[in-house]
Amino acid sequence: MSDSEDHSDPNHSHLSDTDLRVRSLESLLLDKGMVDAAALEALIQNYEHKVGPQNGARVVARAWSDPAYKEWLLRDATAAIADMGYHGRQGEYMYVVENTAAVHNLVVCTLCSCYPWPVLGLPPTWYKSAPYRSRAVMDPRGVLREFGTEVGEDVAVRVWDSTAELRYLVLPEQPEGTEGMSQDELAALVGRNAMIGVEKVAAS
Amino acid sequence: MNGAHDLGGMHGLGPINAEVDEPVFHHDWERRVLALNLAAGAMGKWNIDVSRHARENQPPAQYLANSYYQTWLVGLEKLLLEAGLVTVDEIANGKSAAPLPDDLAQRVLQADAVEAVLGRGTDYTTDDDIPPEYAIGEQVRVLNNHPTHHTRAPRYVRGKCGVVERQHGVFVFADENAKGPGHRVGQNIYSVRFAAQELWGPDAPAADCVYVDLWDGHLEAAD
Repeated sequence: MSDSEDHSDPNHSHLSDTDLRVRSLESLLLDKGMVDAAALEALIQNYEHKVGPQNGARVVARAWSDPAYKEWLLRDATAAIADMGYHGRQGEYMYVVENTAAVHNLVVCTLCSCYPWPVLGLPPTWYKSAPYRSRAVMDPRGVLREFGTEVGEDVAVRVWDSTAELRYLVLPEQPEGTEGMSQDELAALVGRNAMIGVEKVAAS
Repeated sequence: MNGAHDLGGMHGLGPINAEVDEPVFHHDWERRVLALNLAAGAMGKWNIDVSRHARENQPPAQYLANSYYQTWLVGLEKLLLEAGLVTVDEIANGKSAAPLPDDLAQRVLQADAVEAVLGRGTDYTTDDDIPPEYAIGEQVRVLNNHPTHHTRAPRYVRGKCGVVERQHGVFVFADENAKGPGHRVGQNIYSVRFAAQELWGPDAPAADCVYVDLWDGHLEAAD
């Protein structure tokens, strides 16, 4: 945003100018009484420590363990996810897409950074970056390879571009050999990237 | 608007370089920018589509050079100025020249309300009883429009044909809503399936496809 900033990596810029500009804006809004300091801290705490992909992992683990829940999740994801206590901002209208032996799903927001916050938390930098947003729709298999994910030619790749207020979560394939695990054990296997669709879940 | 934010299908933007064990925030100012955006939104002076437009409406070179939280900072300053909530001088000085009016002071987000506000989210549907214009399985074409204002129809699907996969119901039409108060119009949203070959040509894998959520106002029948 200014000449003194380091643009060598725009997604990880270290910039005192931006820092100062944010501090100045925060001071102004606090001074004006438009924002409350304790509320700012509560917002940060929520997204830094309370909400994250561990929520989505619990949804996936329950779906793997409970066929009736999985059926509900695929039919009415918003209600089924709310049943786990996850709802609200940037997850108001949820839709879950299922990976199978024949279909691999991938989620992107080419226009901005839409992402299902209640189940995955805030998006990682790469999800919001120009490289991912530009290529996920045109070259999803190349993107998957960049994440070390191979999808066979006999598997259809479905990309979901989050252009409205619907938010997408991928239900990954349950890895073989995990059928006897508890939901807690299963949830521990499920990472954020698998629920965006750029990776698969491994058995360990 | 045909801005740098509309990235689907661009070449040359480099590798993805996902960071392993990435922290939620890389700098403290990123925490502050996120929280300030969410807190200032409680003033009720803009909706999500107005805020998206404020962020995307930058010179393309600047949009691409900014990190995402820098874009959120640029957008927030613009929103505050356009809503008349702050002045250019106040932003320059980092000090308030006039207190918040009483009616807005009532709206300030308080810490004890944060959990409930986030948990409630926002209702983006409308009560309009508008039957879907397009049936599931119907062929549709995305209108080849290039509005200078906000639109949620990405360039890479304009003029392309797809099939209605799902009817989502009636939602606020983002393209109009981004114009601000008085532009809250309900329209049906559809999940439209585009064959990868329709979008990217015959070299794309035959079974691959892209699903895009589009409103009535983006579509026409493709018979």
